[in-house]
Amino acid sequence: MNGPFAFTLALGDDALVAAQRLAEWTTRAPEMEEDIALANIALDQLGAARLLLSYAGELEGAGRDEDALAFLRDDREFRNCLLVELPNDDFAVTMAKLLVLSAYQVPLYTALADCPDERLAAIGGKARKESAYHLDHAALWVKRLGDGTEESHRRMQAGVDQIWPYADELFAAWPEAPVDPATLRSDFDHTVSAVLAEATLTVPEVGWTPVGGRDGVHTEHLSYLLAEMQVLHRAHPGARW
Amino acid sequence: MYGNDFPGEDPPGGLLGEVEAAEAALRAAAERGRGAIEPSEDLAAYFAEVVAADQKIEPRDWMPEAYRRTLIRQIAQHAHSEIIGMQPEGNWISRAPSLKRKAILLAKVQDEAGHGLYLYAAAETLGVSRDELVDLLLNGRQKYSSIFNYPTLSWADVGAIGWLVDGAAIVNQVPLCRCSYGPYARAMIRVCKEESFHQRQGYEILHTLAHGTPAQKAMAQESVDRWWYPSLAMFGPPDGDSTHSAQSMAWKIKRFSNDELRQRFVDMCVGQAEVLGLHIPDPELRWNEERQAYDFTQPDYDELMRVIKGNGPCNRQRMEHRRRAHSEGAWVREAAAAYAAKRAEKEKVAA
Repeated sequence: MNGPFAFTLALGDDALVAAQRLAEWTTRAPEMEEDIALANIALDQLGAARLLLSYAGELEGAGRDEDALAFLRDDREFRNCLLVELPNDDFAVTMAKLLVLSAYQVPLYTALADCPDERLAAIGGKARKESAYHLDHAALWVKRLGDGTEESHRRMQAGVDQIWPYADELFAAWPEAPVDPATLRSDFDHTVSAVLAEATLTVPEVGWTPVGGRDGVHTEHLSYLLAEMQVLHRAHPGARW
Repeated sequence: MYGNDFPGEDPPGGLLGEVEAAEAALRAAAERGRGAIEPSEDLAAYFAEVVAADQKIEPRDWMPEAYRRTLIRQIAQHAHSEIIGMQPEGNWISRAPSLKRKAILLAKVQDEAGHGLYLYAAAETLGVSRDELVDLLLNGRQKYSSIFNYPTLSWADVGAIGWLVDGAAIVNQVPLCRCSYGPYARAMIRVCKEESFHQRQGYEILHTLAHGTPAQKAMAQESVDRWWYPSLAMFGPPDGDSTHSAQSMAWKIKRFSNDELRQRFVDMCVGQAEVLGLHIPDPELRWNEERQAYDFTQPDYDELMRVIKGNGPCNRQRMEHRRRAHSEGAWVREAAAAYAAKRAEKEKVAA
């Protein structure tokens, strides 16, 4: 599986799984305004996922639409990065995940907006503005928590330490893709290290860099996430909703 | 707007027109002004004259203490209902059966959080803080609508909540768009407009299910069977037993009695159920030519009282969920406050 289909599918899966995780915060956020903000970000990710998966289905040409791709594939067929499937854990871990994801998606969608594929360029043009807001939101919380109380600093550093190893997979070289993620790494490092410095947090030492998501070899978490997401759709084969 | 991006028709007998009429009346009243009503030394008389002339009482105006307390109680209860009401529908976000439905539902639950915040802000104009009101909810001293103490057991419940629960809420709330307290009336206009989109999406979910596979149709009917009577109970006890009604009517906070609104709701639903192809689970339901209204079976008010007192299927679960979110978020709110204080200190030093 290669070329624009695999790339589009991978990006669509990133956005879909991120949306599913972020939506888990609904009714549970630390304050009511944040409930609204996280739902907003989840909706943006879901919107991007729908555009990307619909286009992936067209590129594949096998008649699969966004719902067939979202609800009728098993975990081994998902191509999202491991980062987005990790459990939400506490609010600091969620913000660490969102910081890493959005600091990757901003340069990715920005580069995509200039790629020769018109459909991907249009999706990138729309999504980059949303991702810029996600990045702002995550950066603000990482700073608040990092430079807030003793407890929040401890939790935020632990969140960054926990999430950091999963950033590497995002930038694995993919030379034949419309945008090679390896070219985005320096932009990402620059953004994230500035945020962490302002948040009085330390950039973790990287020793272990798990990969596998882009090949369909996931963590134990994804299968549960999909079981929940797909249960109703699969219980009624062929039904319209 | 995620709530209306489908081609389906409006449920017949929609209430959006009435919301728009209330909005026009609000504007007309503002243009007319208080006119001949002269502010006088007799504050109570002035208040009564303003209300009698269908002008709005504003936060700066003198008002009877009981009027203020009644409004705080009612607006807060409404705000709490929006916040707790996110839970039963939020229960299906992760399992929504298509990506489009997931997006619509997520946006809807988000709207409810927005309504909650908007209503807390309206209550704050009466001299009470949101934190105080949230505490009153969490320690059980203020209530939220009992309907949210029922569980959402199937996807069709998301549709039934939209059609019946949001429908009943709108019937209840449309008259509040003409409430004598300005901030509440204005909040209700905005809330009712969004609620009517919610009702429409719920109706559309049920319409799709009712015209889908036999299993989908059965799911829709079973859901309407469970939600019908609890929705009727949303209008409160029968008029003879309603404790707050008479004074609220005199103050023009409330404009119709519980039973009048319940009748209006039943009359509205019958035609809609026919279009849906779903059955309202009431063998006594029939048109009464003389009354020009439907006769129907009353909901079980003993059940309503049990649920209000805390013994519905989900009272404990809903409150426990809200309390947990609040307490688990405490360290985040403290951090935000500490960060803001540090920033303010730095700015002061810099200045």
